[in-house]
Amino acid sequence: MSFLQLDQLRKSFGSTQVVRNFDLQIEQGEFVSLLGPSGCGKTTVLRMIAGFEAPSHGTIRVGPDDVTRKRPNQRNVGMVFQSYALFPNLTVAQNVAFGLRVKGVGKAQSTARVAEMLSLVGLGDFGKRYPFQLSGGQQQRVALARALAVQPQVLLLDEPLSALDAKIRVSLREEIREIQKRLGITTVFVTHDQEEALSMSDRIVVMHGGMAQQIGAPHEIYSQPANRFVAEFVGRLNVLDAQVTDGAQGRVRVGGLDFATGRALAPGPVALALRPEAISIGAAPGHDVSFRGPVEAVQFLGSVIRVETRLGDAPILLDTFNRTGREPPRPGDELDFSFNAAGIIALD
Amino acid sequence: MKPKLWSWIAFLLGFAYFALPLIGTLEFSLRKRRGEYSLDAYVWVFEDAQFRETFGYSVVMALFTILVGMLLVVPTAYWVRLKYPRLRPLVEFITLLPLVIPPIVVVFGYIRLYNTSSFLPMTGTTMGTNLLLMFGYVTLSLPYMYRAVDTGLRTIDVRTLTEAAQSLGAGWATIIGRIILPNVLIAVMSGAFVTFAIVIGEFVLAALLNRPAFGPYMQLIGANRAYEPAALAVIAFTITWFCIGLMQLASRMTPQSRAKRS
Amino acid sequence: MSAPPDTPARRLAFPLGWLGLLPFALFALLFLILPTMNIVIGAFQTADGTPTLQNIVNLFQPSILSAYWISIRISFATALFGCLIGFAIAAAVTLGNLPGWLRGPVMTFSGVASNFAGVPLSFAFIATLGRVGLVTVLLREWFGLNIYSMGFNLLSFWGLTLVYLFFQIPLMVLIVTPALDGLRREWREASDILGASGAQYWRMVALPILTPTLLGTFALLFANAFGAVATAYALTGSSLSIVPIVLFAQIRGDVLQDPHLGYALAFGMIVVTGIANGLYVWLRAKTERWTV
Repeated sequence: MSFLQLDQLRKSFGSTQVVRNFDLQIEQGEFVSLLGPSGCGKTTVLRMIAGFEAPSHGTIRVGPDDVTRKRPNQRNVGMVFQSYALFPNLTVAQNVAFGLRVKGVGKAQSTARVAEMLSLVGLGDFGKRYPFQLSGGQQQRVALARALAVQPQVLLLDEPLSALDAKIRVSLREEIREIQKRLGITTVFVTHDQEEALSMSDRIVVMHGGMAQQIGAPHEIYSQPANRFVAEFVGRLNVLDAQVTDGAQGRVRVGGLDFATGRALAPGPVALALRPEAISIGAAPGHDVSFRGPVEAVQFLGSVIRVETRLGDAPILLDTFNRTGREPPRPGDELDFSFNAAGIIALD
Repeated sequence: MKPKLWSWIAFLLGFAYFALPLIGTLEFSLRKRRGEYSLDAYVWVFEDAQFRETFGYSVVMALFTILVGMLLVVPTAYWVRLKYPRLRPLVEFITLLPLVIPPIVVVFGYIRLYNTSSFLPMTGTTMGTNLLLMFGYVTLSLPYMYRAVDTGLRTIDVRTLTEAAQSLGAGWATIIGRIILPNVLIAVMSGAFVTFAIVIGEFVLAALLNRPAFGPYMQLIGANRAYEPAALAVIAFTITWFCIGLMQLASRMTPQSRAKRS
Repeated sequence: MSAPPDTPARRLAFPLGWLGLLPFALFALLFLILPTMNIVIGAFQTADGTPTLQNIVNLFQPSILSAYWISIRISFATALFGCLIGFAIAAAVTLGNLPGWLRGPVMTFSGVASNFAGVPLSFAFIATLGRVGLVTVLLREWFGLNIYSMGFNLLSFWGLTLVYLFFQIPLMVLIVTPALDGLRREWREASDILGASGAQYWRMVALPILTPTLLGTFALLFANAFGAVATAYALTGSSLSIVPIVLFAQIRGDVLQDPHLGYALAFGMIVVTGIANGLYVWLRAKTERWTV
């Protein structure tokens, strides 16, 4: 049986259903992200796990216990907030010690635990400072240490990186993931940033309209999106409107090309999706479909060069690595492009 | 979430404490005629020539106070923001002093400083005393007036507006009168209504400077009549309520609060 | 910020820039600072202008000391109860989940009532709790309670406190509501999820955060009550000897004594309200340190 189990969770505010029939099983030590645009219900799910919102229907289990009706302070869950939520009147050390203090942990034990937690997040010397004397990244580490100090069974992270600068965001997300792995703590991470979700998670739940659209490992979500929403929300995507010519073999026609996708499709019009990095300039091993197109624009993104071309009428973006010694294509060039028909995603 | 029980208890107790004196006053003001409710007390008040004189005097004082306060505060707040931002804490401190120094002390100082044998014998003439009283009222309203105007100025970009006007060839009078003032008018108005409410009921300054204002008149009636004071209290409360209500309306119309709510 | 372009108007105006502050400086000097200085200096002078401490020493006579003492007690009591009750009402409106539409009227009413001090306020309480006031009569007729025979008197310490609270409580509500709004929901949630009870949250987080504001507002309410004359004078005449009324009588010349005692009385008031407000400023600065 899984460690954290959400069954048929529903939540309505007034007449609006924010979460509908949400199911999720999380294994002990797993890092699961809830990914989706704002208003998709991800934060509400997290707040129901924390106990800040009571579900309208459904159950929440942590280990063997049904915690659905328990107050937040009885759940033994840790939480890190987007806005840090450090107590401004307490020093860093007092903040981290807060959970221990209300539990009545002895002074010596508490001091040792605080020191351990602060060195875990790399802030061993900051115990005597006040939150306002710290940078955003440092505050969020203190918040993490505070949440972990009481040894919670589950760690909840509510967009903990959104308020931070881009550089710190990347380094802190690696640090959080490393600490999570080291402690082996079951973690639920809420984010709207697909890059964060893809890089940190064991599994991702893509949410939309209060429902899970797809649950899977990052590479599954990225390469085999279950539906159009997932495909468009995660990563960049070229969408081609094609016509199915042979349903059984999955033959399609698009922009003068005619090829087999290798899977059965319903006859009629179909939307096909292709990741920009699945297309290459010139021929490439394994690529069985090729077409010729004009280079309409070139964006230099550092390690990657993004080329805009056209397949029939449809604009196509493709990403290719920047290789030293090779000139990037110039707008106006006419080039050959190729891709693998099996890499094509059919959207419903 | 459901309202908590304690919050209803706190609210209702507070409500009772504040409602009872108001109801009591209203009821009392209607009791002048024996055995039945009537407006006799109000009739008496409105027919009293002294009421009309003192009330008129206080209204005129209030209007002059607002005018002079505006002429004093708007250019100063504007100038401090534009040229001397470093002096702002000092100016703000001075404008808050009237909350620290009790009015009775301030007016005591006036009486001693501007008596008939002083370098500026303002209390020597009626006009001079009126002037002194008005400046006293400006002092009392300074904390409210300055804060309102300064808040209003914060919401507009004073420097850019000024430079834009200057580059179009406007002089200072035009800039303040046609650009700055209309932009902070609502803030100024909210300060003006508080000032009006303060001046109308003010007692100490007027009493000690011996001017026939509404405050001392009310005190006099209170010492000599039974039901009329209650009627006066109802009238005064209505005026205060009206002014503060207008003030809240004005402050709700400032660009800042509009932006906050959207 | 880059230097603004050197337009002709600016070049012309700038050397005379201080002139723009002259009217305000003059006004503050003439009608605020000089009068106060006059009082302060007068407190340390004899009638013919020689320096002395005798006026201050004269303050330490029983009648004046007791006036200060009763003033301080009334100011303290009204500030204390004003803070407690005002806090409860503000908390009920902000945190108690009362219907949302109640908040606007409560704040508007607080704005009105905090300005409703002075003569009419005393009338309102006489009409309500005076010997023939509405509540007094109703209590007697409905419940057989004669509050005056039970020792209540509007013209007493507690009576005056009750009246002052009518403007003290709303002032507290006006000041403390934004502070309560400033308590972030996440603090409560963080405290909850770390295992703290509601009481622990208030004791360890919310009250320490609010304490500077509460103490600061207390100081402000104290000064507010200490300087109030009109309410007490209209209510009691000169029968209750609180400092502002004693000073009022001094200035009016009702009591013939030497004027320099009046200076000393006023100076004493400045000292007391100055201390209270100094405390306010100092504690205010402390809250602002946290919220950087």
